[in-house]
Amino acid sequence: MAKRKANRPVATPSLAKLKKVLTGIEGLDEITDGGFPAGRPTLVCGNAGCGKTLLAVEFLVRGAQQYGEAGVLVSFEENEEELYENMASLGFDLRRLEIQKKLAIDHVYLERSEIEETGEYDLEGLFIRINHAVQSVGAKRIVLDTIEALFGGIPNENILRSELRRLFRWLKDQGLTAVITAEQGDGTLTRHGLEEYVADCVIMLDHQVSEQTSTRRVRIVKYRGSTHGTIQYPFLIDENGMSVLPLTSIGLNHKVSTARISTGIARLDAMMEGKGYFKGSSILASGTAGTGKTSMAMHLADAACSRGERCLYIASEESADQVVRNGKSIGLNLSKWRTRGLLEFKNARPTLTGLEKHLVTIHKQVNQFDPKVVIFDPISNMSAIGEGAEVQSMLMRMLDFFKSRGITSFCTSLTHGGDALEKTEVGISSIMDTWLLLRDIEYSGERTRVMYILKSRGMAHSNQMREFLITSKGVDLLDIYVGSGRVLTGAARAAQEMKEKQIDIG
Amino acid sequence: MAIDEKYVLKLYVTGMTPRSARAVMNIRQILDEHLQGRYELEIIDIFQQPQLAQGEQIIAAPTLIKKLPLPIRKFIGDMSETERILVGLDLRPKTD
Repeated sequence: MAKRKANRPVATPSLAKLKKVLTGIEGLDEITDGGFPAGRPTLVCGNAGCGKTLLAVEFLVRGAQQYGEAGVLVSFEENEEELYENMASLGFDLRRLEIQKKLAIDHVYLERSEIEETGEYDLEGLFIRINHAVQSVGAKRIVLDTIEALFGGIPNENILRSELRRLFRWLKDQGLTAVITAEQGDGTLTRHGLEEYVADCVIMLDHQVSEQTSTRRVRIVKYRGSTHGTIQYPFLIDENGMSVLPLTSIGLNHKVSTARISTGIARLDAMMEGKGYFKGSSILASGTAGTGKTSMAMHLADAACSRGERCLYIASEESADQVVRNGKSIGLNLSKWRTRGLLEFKNARPTLTGLEKHLVTIHKQVNQFDPKVVIFDPISNMSAIGEGAEVQSMLMRMLDFFKSRGITSFCTSLTHGGDALEKTEVGISSIMDTWLLLRDIEYSGERTRVMYILKSRGMAHSNQMREFLITSKGVDLLDIYVGSGRVLTGAARAAQEMKEKQIDIG
Repeated sequence: MAIDEKYVLKLYVTGMTPRSARAVMNIRQILDEHLQGRYELEIIDIFQQPQLAQGEQIIAAPTLIKKLPLPIRKFIGDMSETERILVGLDLRPKTD
């Protein structure tokens, strides 16, 4: 044993890294690369109603519940009762945490009109209160929400500023990880220049309205001594508190599977080395209206459920019953899988909730239902609720999330007439592993559907076009007639086949 | 205002700092001079009793609170500005 230990490479003394504490807020720890700086103050600024108080309170609640760190909430705006009520709607029971001695709340209230200045003073009273609250629960975390209220209450700004500087130094000396909230100023981070005192980590919350939907966003303005994400990340506030997207730390390091799953269409399997899609890959079926994209999706769902796997079907244009009914018309009994709990539908128009919310609810549902196959039908209507790059990055995160879970995802995308065929509305074809293209061919007064595999990574797939038939027994693929220099489909193909048969017989 | 109205006052200080001592001395002097025999002054050290600071919303120190007669009024500082205190205690009309 001893020898083995000696053989180990001696660890070179590493540089002291900035210590951080996890906030426990979904996604926030990822974009801050591990949470807020430990034992230092973090400034959270933003406009009214952007979620500053919520972020701060959730930081305390998660600390108390998940990391065993008690906290102090010094509230300058809301009193205890208001806080209890407001936070209850987000699932945080502050009163219980207080009883359990994991949280102390002090509501600091001051009315300037009641106060008369008569000589020298300092803010020792506030210090004593904060210290008392910290001692009473043994706090490691503290929130001052919103300390700027003092600027309205204390007549002498010089005293206030020097006392604030003393306060922040005191917080650091106590080793408290603090969150200071502040209202955003006109052209400045905070109205009263608090960033002058709290300079270690500054987080900005924002509220933007575009296309009539409002999106909350969070951005890390600065983080001394740490790497961090630099873009504006959308975030949501729902009944479980705050969650910042990305929901998972996305890297391209998910495990890939060599296992294959059936497409549900025998001839399509045959086109893919006879085995079908890769398990956990992403598949895109694009095409103009009425080319059979949904039918292909339904086949995949049916095939997954017959193997006993769960399938989540996100239908954002049709109701669940409508999909099931349409499935019946092509010989697929989807209602059977529904009653057995293998097939679950999620019907929601993304326009109803906004892009982020839509994807977060999908994320939650995936976590709950744990499907093996997810179908997005269609993804093209996402573009109605966000701008190109936004939708693209959202979908990319979503697909990466599926991949990291080993979930096979199947997306359909509508190509509008007049658009280039080999183009998807939301521009995500490059991140797809398999791309099936469906199209119409008009020939001698007849319209027929054809399908081909535009790409399929990691397999030797067929490059031929197939005629795509939707029958009462499901989708069928037929060889198209390639002969005498022409491609024949539909009636022309049948006629040609007949002709050749006659020749054979003759 | 009745001439014999009783004053109830509380002075919150933080330990025996020079400023605290000054505030106690100053306010005693003012009260003895103007309200001889009809005031009650309680001096509270919030170092010793921090929970009282929360209840009375004390932020600055020293803080004097006039509980009675109503309305309640707060004074912050070392009580060195006698004129302001007298006006605030309604012992002298406000002069512009």
